[in-house]
Amino acid sequence: MNDKIRNLFVLVIVLFGALIFATSWWTVDELGAKGLKDNTHNRRQLLEQMQHPRGLILAADGTVLASNKRAGSGETKRYYRRYPQQGLFSHAVGYYFVSKGSAGLEKEYDDQLAGRENEFASTIDQLLGHRQEGEDIRTTLDVKGQRVALQALAGRRGAVVALEPSTGRVRVMASVPGYNPNRITAKGGIGAGASTLNRATQGRYPPGSTFKVVTASAAVDSGRYTPNSFISGKSPKVISGVALNNFGGENFGAISLTDALTHSVNTVFGEIGEKLGRATLRKYMVRFGFQRKPPLDYPRNEMVASGAFPIKGCGSGIDFGRVAIGQECHLFATPLQMAEVAATVANGGVRMKPQLVERVVAKDGRVKQSFRPKEAATVMSRQSAAAVGQMMQHVVEEGTGTAARLAGASVAGKTGTAEIPGTSENQVWFIGYAPADKPRMAVAVTIERSQGEGGTVAAPVAKQVLETLLGKAATESG
Amino acid sequence: MSARNRELFGLIPASLLVTGGFTAVLLTRVSNVHNVTLTYGAIFLGCCLFAHLFIRWRLPNADPYLFPLTAVLASIGLVELYRIEESFAIKQAGWFALGIVFFCLTIVFLRDYRVLERYRYTIAAGSIGLLLLPRLAGQATNGAYLAIHIGSFSFQPAEFAKIGVIIFLASYLRDVREVLVQGRLPRISLKHMGPLLVIWGASMVMLIFIRDLGSSLMFFGGFLALLYVATGRLSLVAAGAGMFYLGAWFLTNHISHVHSRVEIWQHPFQPDLVEGKGYQIAQGLFAQADGGLLGSGFSQSLLYLPGGHSILPAPHTDLIYAVIVNELGLFGAVALLLTYLLFVRRGFKAALVSGDGFGKLLAAGLTAVFALQVFVIVGGVTKVIPLTGVTLPFISYGGSSIIANFVLLALLLIVSDAGRQRPELRGGVVP
Repeated sequence: MNDKIRNLFVLVIVLFGALIFATSWWTVDELGAKGLKDNTHNRRQLLEQMQHPRGLILAADGTVLASNKRAGSGETKRYYRRYPQQGLFSHAVGYYFVSKGSAGLEKEYDDQLAGRENEFASTIDQLLGHRQEGEDIRTTLDVKGQRVALQALAGRRGAVVALEPSTGRVRVMASVPGYNPNRITAKGGIGAGASTLNRATQGRYPPGSTFKVVTASAAVDSGRYTPNSFISGKSPKVISGVALNNFGGENFGAISLTDALTHSVNTVFGEIGEKLGRATLRKYMVRFGFQRKPPLDYPRNEMVASGAFPIKGCGSGIDFGRVAIGQECHLFATPLQMAEVAATVANGGVRMKPQLVERVVAKDGRVKQSFRPKEAATVMSRQSAAAVGQMMQHVVEEGTGTAARLAGASVAGKTGTAEIPGTSENQVWFIGYAPADKPRMAVAVTIERSQGEGGTVAAPVAKQVLETLLGKAATESG
Repeated sequence: MSARNRELFGLIPASLLVTGGFTAVLLTRVSNVHNVTLTYGAIFLGCCLFAHLFIRWRLPNADPYLFPLTAVLASIGLVELYRIEESFAIKQAGWFALGIVFFCLTIVFLRDYRVLERYRYTIAAGSIGLLLLPRLAGQATNGAYLAIHIGSFSFQPAEFAKIGVIIFLASYLRDVREVLVQGRLPRISLKHMGPLLVIWGASMVMLIFIRDLGSSLMFFGGFLALLYVATGRLSLVAAGAGMFYLGAWFLTNHISHVHSRVEIWQHPFQPDLVEGKGYQIAQGLFAQADGGLLGSGFSQSLLYLPGGHSILPAPHTDLIYAVIVNELGLFGAVALLLTYLLFVRRGFKAALVSGDGFGKLLAAGLTAVFALQVFVIVGGVTKVIPLTGVTLPFISYGGSSIIANFVLLALLLIVSDAGRQRPELRGGVVP
């Protein structure tokens, strides 16, 4: 019987070998474990993440924009995201919920907020008994400015973006309609009329006459024109083979470039665009940041590129005579892009990389990452920028943008009123910066489907935002 | 070194495991450290030492490795149970102590295991009665009748029945093996084929009444193993296996509970199963994938959902192997399986050195059924076979399982002790 018992033991070894093989199959990634980890019904990794508090998201002044709510204790302890400011910074901050995914800065800075370092470092940390801890991110966002921007928009669909010209820091990023991130997981959803679309970075709007700042920059910096160049402002004028009218059909004689910007004369800029040609205009557009997604620290799928693109239903050729006045079917721009245009002029022709986060701070106070201002491109010479800035100052002082005038500081700006084909409504704009002599803040405001014009509807919003961001004292004494 | 001193030293790994494991679990629960918790470990080690002294006294020649291997398995179980829920560990420590009591009682009252042969029909009848008890007096758990409930206690008769059935088969086969070995197949009379048919029938009845594929596989596999050891005739084993397969196939297609078990086993991730009937096996596999090669460490795995429920159903019984893989990784799991394999090897060793046919068959049968039990539950959790509610010996939570397996261990040691003190083996041949 003994040899039979030995055979039986061999059979047991075979059976246990099968068990070891099966266990290896389910635990080794290269075999079957990867498939299990990626299985949509496997919620373990998400649940594990919820066991650690995420880092806080703070405004520039330290106001908490995203925090955690703890539920349960011990092994059932879980952390859920809470947004104390409700919908104030909904689009910029975004949201993070295991069941709904993430958006905005919550998504862009997920690794830092979750405290995920590279695998090697986290293994060492684990061995040393350190707990995985989320890092806080300090944003560049200004609570007061944001609140005023939303109040000034007063429920009208549109967006406001404010940037520091010399640093690229985003101080205001407002988009209406917004949503309350705390309601993302609610049964009824974020509610009717709310929207997660960030119009500041995803709104594809015709830029209208605000684009004339780009055209004017190209005109002056290319050396083909000066602010005092005289061009005929008659209306209508044939541009690219089709008659172009001034706003209200107004007829101007020979008029300086400065005056043409001040009064937003279409036929002058149409002619300049045609004369500069597509290559030159495109070159300056690219320098300003058009034609590609902005280098903002924000999820790429929540931003669109501004510029002139082939669009179905707009015909084949792009008419650069009409791109020059910002009213061309193929051309659209986001409020963020137009704010960058204003900021570039304000910053002496140097475009700064826009930035939403100033630094990442560990729980023990160590600064893990600090984002210094970075130049994105030199768009034009300092002299050209000064000249264009001068022209923009005239717009606010005596032209279409007087509603943006501040009591204590001079403002440079440009209005825009893009007609929406087939309706009597306009896409109204104001872009600008202040103080004109020593720029500290640039702004872009746009409102959808307005009956009014940029100068009467958008400029007052910009004025309030600038006033708040510069501070009452600065505007009164400066 | 004497066998007993080897046994004593063999307890060192278990004591290290218990102290190390409990410390690891305690460290992760900085908030509520009770000094009391350490006493469960102390009770456990005290029991081990007592059992060792008892073996030293009553079975001085018994195999020196079986008990230390048992202690290693039990210590892993105790630590994991403590990690899953403190109250499980408290009760399990109690069951462990009671198991030692039954262990000692078996050794005291069964001075000569050959006595068992006299009572084989009583034992057989008792075992079948035990197996049918849950169907008569119990309630179904997940469709299977495995336990009866008395007050707050639940009792799993199959754990004891498996020992009784093996005792009966060992003694019966010792009697008829000569006939089975020598007779040509057509000449083997119904009288001698009787037990084969009866056991096959009993397994099928168990499938129908208890509705548990796993335990009937365990019983029938144990029977086939004994049949093979007794007769050496693979034709009989093949015939038996074929009959079992036929019966299982028929029942799979005709009993919805068995059918759905097989269905869940084949497609646990199907959308209509993964959150329902396939949830247990799917979550068990997810937990193992989480463990990877090295595991998350004692007490570091994700086990509880926000509501306080365990993400793994029955983590302390059916799925304890998944928890172990999650926390100790592939390496820990392989070490655990090798520990079982060593236990099986020492069990078969006891059979090899036994001087009489009944002792050989008894030790081989008990060891085979023990190995099969491990295979059925670990195979179920790793999706090698359909998952059924069998315990992982010495590790899963449960009094019936612990006590029955201690009785099994006692029987193995008794056979081993008798075998190793045979005069012809004296003189250093014993490994």
